[in-house]
Amino acid sequence: MSQSIKINFTINGKRTELTIPPYMLLIDLIREELGLKGTKPGCLEGECGACTVLVNGEAVNSCLYLAINVDGKEVITVEGLPVTPEGEIDPVQEALIQHGAVQCGFCTPGMVMSIKSFVAQCNKDNIIPSPDEIKKAIEGNLCRCTGYVKIVEAVESLF
Amino acid sequence: MKKDLKVIGKPTPKLDARIRASGQAVYGQDVVLPNMLHGAILRTKYPVADIVSIDVSKAMQLPGVVAVITGDDINANNINYKRDNPVLKRGRVNCIRDEIAAVAAVTREIAQEAVKLIEVKYNVKEGIFDPFEALKDDAPQINEFVKGDQHINIAHPFYYEHGDIEAQKRKSAVIIKTRFELPRMTHCCLAPCAITADYSNVDKRLTLYCVTQIPFLFQRDMARVLNMAPSDIRIIQTVIGGGFGSKLDMYPYEPICALLSMETGRPVQITFDREEEFIASPTRQKMTIDLTSGADSKGKFTFREARIIMDNGAYTSWGATTPFVMMQTFSSMYQLPACIFDAKAVYTNNVYAGSFRGYGNPQATFAVERNIDLLAEKLGMDKFEIRLKNANYKDELTGQEMKFISCGHKEALEIVSDKSGYSPCHSREGGNLSNRYKRGIGFASMLHVGGGAKIYPSDGCGTNLKMDDFGKLTIITGSSEIGQGSETVLAMMASEELGIDLKNIKVINTDTDIKPWDVGVHASRTTFVAGNSLLGALKLLKEKLSNKAAQLLKTEIDDLVYEDGLIESTTSGESFKIDKVVREIHFKPPNELCAVYYYYEPGSEFQDKYYKGNVSDTYAFAAQAIEVEVDTYTGNIKVLDIHVAQDVGKVINPLGLAGQIEGGVVMGMGYALLEELYSEKGYILNPNFHDYKIPTSVDIPNIHFYPVETNDPYGPYGAKGVGEAPLIPTAPAIANAIVDAIGIRIVDLPITPEKVLKALKNDA
Repeated sequence: MSQSIKINFTINGKRTELTIPPYMLLIDLIREELGLKGTKPGCLEGECGACTVLVNGEAVNSCLYLAINVDGKEVITVEGLPVTPEGEIDPVQEALIQHGAVQCGFCTPGMVMSIKSFVAQCNKDNIIPSPDEIKKAIEGNLCRCTGYVKIVEAVESLF
Repeated sequence: MKKDLKVIGKPTPKLDARIRASGQAVYGQDVVLPNMLHGAILRTKYPVADIVSIDVSKAMQLPGVVAVITGDDINANNINYKRDNPVLKRGRVNCIRDEIAAVAAVTREIAQEAVKLIEVKYNVKEGIFDPFEALKDDAPQINEFVKGDQHINIAHPFYYEHGDIEAQKRKSAVIIKTRFELPRMTHCCLAPCAITADYSNVDKRLTLYCVTQIPFLFQRDMARVLNMAPSDIRIIQTVIGGGFGSKLDMYPYEPICALLSMETGRPVQITFDREEEFIASPTRQKMTIDLTSGADSKGKFTFREARIIMDNGAYTSWGATTPFVMMQTFSSMYQLPACIFDAKAVYTNNVYAGSFRGYGNPQATFAVERNIDLLAEKLGMDKFEIRLKNANYKDELTGQEMKFISCGHKEALEIVSDKSGYSPCHSREGGNLSNRYKRGIGFASMLHVGGGAKIYPSDGCGTNLKMDDFGKLTIITGSSEIGQGSETVLAMMASEELGIDLKNIKVINTDTDIKPWDVGVHASRTTFVAGNSLLGALKLLKEKLSNKAAQLLKTEIDDLVYEDGLIESTTSGESFKIDKVVREIHFKPPNELCAVYYYYEPGSEFQDKYYKGNVSDTYAFAAQAIEVEVDTYTGNIKVLDIHVAQDVGKVINPLGLAGQIEGGVVMGMGYALLEELYSEKGYILNPNFHDYKIPTSVDIPNIHFYPVETNDPYGPYGAKGVGEAPLIPTAPAIANAIVDAIGIRIVDLPITPEKVLKALKNDA
């Protein structure tokens, strides 16, 4: 067996130290080691986007990302999005729900994380994206239920 | 309607959306049970071979492996409705999906590693991969368990006719004959298949956490496969990450998981990766349709004669019965005096087809609608006019004896023609756009069951209701949620009837030990059948509440209204909170619970042996008009606008309805332009999202939806089935639009740029 490696990182705001094998994928670290099942295994080959998480604010496919590479970084999964004591959830999630953009929901957590990253980038650059730019931003997240229309509408409503 | 509707018809976000969007919903792959093992399946290396030997000794020795089973170790009956598919194959394999052995181990990785250590010696054989080859007189029997009655390789023949076809042929001014090749498409549910089996060797009961769309039929079938009593099997549906018909059948991985749990006495989980999902989950039927259609000189349709060969694959799923639905379209979509329909599901050594949203109707509609454009062209008629002239109408009794008690076909056609800006000279204007880019508009309609579908001794659904002492309602329904929004639709109906807030309503629908019987999610039946069942139960519940409330308010039952959590007397204006009334029922003699049950059986009828009869209580109709732009240099097709008008009876939840329409239309675009599971000599060539493309966000055109409300007399609030319909007309409307734009005669799906360029070259 390969030698295990110690990594230090922040997951959903919590500093964590773990010793893991070097070949471990980030999705397995999240789902199996940490038991956070909100990140979904849709294809495990970087095609569907269901396993998207934020690493230092950037959306990545956690199935294509080696877990050791989060050393010193900040990881946010869908479970890391804030919920207020009143049960209010993140505006991105709320927009998707209110616009009817959630059907079976398996793609939704990954979709939420991609949109989070995109919205943050737009806000930083001070731009209001066009529908085409929104479509481009979520191109890497497959959805088989909604036909994407309501997802795009939900993102538009955030600006 | 007796009063203004307060909840029905208002856009309502799905009740379960918050839990799903928050990552807290538990899908099949998220289930974790104490002491759980992980299973993996060894599939054959070759599509067709004799199995000479299986040596599992090395796999058994791998640390962490708890059990390895082969066909010789198990006592299980064959699955599927023809009982032609062994759970683990013995002696021979018949397609690349075939299961040979299975492993249970402490981790998924060890189970997968152990599978690789199983040594199988094969004697590789030639297979038959073309159904026409399989139909030859000297073809060997492909499935050893079923010997067809017309030919050894015909799994299921269908024959239907009505009218005097020869007389209609003589009346025809034009006759068009076309051969259509329709591809294997697959569901691509975002959640791959997953099951967790938990067998207790103490009480001899089996609990399955699974993703079936038909829990009660699944329970009964599983019991038969495992030689158990159905009541000893409990089906708990996890949150289902996409169904689309794929979960209508049982697949071998499900009883295999149960067998591994029985063997080890521990819970076992099997999950597919994406490649296994592509190879081992079902497809839409690949088929060849020869369709001859006629029309008289005035453009009235005279007859259709359809001869269909379906590639069944090596085993028979419910998918083989799709001709049951196809024949409805051939016989009855648009008025038609005569029809012959002959379809055969033929065994081959390909992967087997299953049921898929639309259930054969996308294929049938493609053929019918392409031929209509060709008839119009030959008659020199406008393609919209010819459709309108033949449209279905209210109170029509079709040749197949289906009764259209409500019908918005004509209206749907008129709406999409109007909204798309279609005019007979449109294509010429579009064609002049430039030398390179050409635009065109295409039409297609659709007819589908919308009020249940009688295929099983009961087409019904049960509902239990209980209102607790705090006025909160629990709906326990036999129906299932597969993402389509049924929970929300049911809760909206209860909110409407009882005047209580949606947040005071829960829907329980996942456990066969608790919920009453339902035939399953299929045939777009849930809103109609489960909705009517719920309304029946609500009526009983309200009788209980009203009796007590009338007593308390010293008034008549007819005087009461349910509003804002109160039951109010309209004459005195006095009211009681609904929970107070419940407590009066519960805590005062004769001390009753506020609970009721109701079973609803729709009026759908079994067809006779000639396939005639009113198979559904009502039917859905739709029309689509689609505009495309073709790049004649690259062959690329851009879908610009899709106009959808659909007879939904009555809009219950506009938000959920639009989602069904948009999702269905986009799935139809995939069928038209992108999707084909390629198979060569029985091997699947593109089992991943890189090589099997489904539409992404950037492919999406403008989708315009116009609901047509015909207020069906039998539907809940007038509603009829919706879910399958939107994808059915999309592919033929796109194909017709492409032909309109560039004049090539494409008849095979998917219409890829390569095919467009080749056709342009050949036509030049």
